[in-house]
Amino acid sequence: MAVPILKQGAYLIASVQSALTDADLLELRNALVEMVGRYRSRGVIVDVTAMDVMDSFASRTLRDIAHMIRLRGAETVIVGIQPEVAFTMVQLGLTLEGVATALDLEEGLAFLDRGAKKMGRVVGATG
Amino acid sequence: MRWVMPTYKAGADGRHMQERPPLKDETRIPIQKDQDIVAARQKGRVLAQRLGFSNSNLTLIATAISELARNILLYAKTGEMTLGILEDHGRDGLVVVARDSGPGIADIARAMQMGYSTSGSLGLGLPGVKRLMDDFEIVSKAGRGTTVTATKWRR
Repeated sequence: MAVPILKQGAYLIASVQSALTDADLLELRNALVEMVGRYRSRGVIVDVTAMDVMDSFASRTLRDIAHMIRLRGAETVIVGIQPEVAFTMVQLGLTLEGVATALDLEEGLAFLDRGAKKMGRVVGATG
Repeated sequence: MRWVMPTYKAGADGRHMQERPPLKDETRIPIQKDQDIVAARQKGRVLAQRLGFSNSNLTLIATAISELARNILLYAKTGEMTLGILEDHGRDGLVVVARDSGPGIADIARAMQMGYSTSGSLGLGLPGVKRLMDDFEIVSKAGRGTTVTATKWRR
């Protein structure tokens, strides 16, 4: 598995460590969709800080991940999109519409915690 | 921005003719599997870095290479990318050539429209690359293949 996935409380955290091939991205998608069920996770964070390029395939796969995870009953937040990557994505018209994003891991966790509170659950990263 | 539209240039032997001057530091990367996409964009980034492009432009160039390399895999299965430096009247450009002998593009004008795709993908590939780079030229002939040449100039 090219992307390590950590289980932290009710959340799964996938941290991209290096450039990913298309096959790596699909493997990440399938692993997350499966693990959300296995660990009964409420939220998923995909940290793309280290991603060199967010092209149309990577962008579409992240969107697919977020939508599939939502269909499984959990929330996804993409964190760590770098300024130059954001610039390129906008040029390409890749806006990740309908996908939650946050500045970094800390903000991503806060986002999921807020969602959990709204739902009346106590499922923080440590809980 | 150059966009040679429905025309194609083919030599007497049916191969595309080279018109531009030779590239400096030319690198050729065969595109046969998805790891080659990553290799091509990483080589492009290193070359662009050597030319002194800004971080934003490094990402633009790497992303354009990624899109072009994936088009080769998607539509032609195999092909080749050539990266190199072009010196033109004192300015340097990074040139990306994506060449394949695949089915070719029957309707380039349509392929250049946002959202159009024949492979079920987003279809952002070609118009996206055109927006990311400064010069963009596509030469294609049905049944003979496609060559996309895109250049980013260092300002």
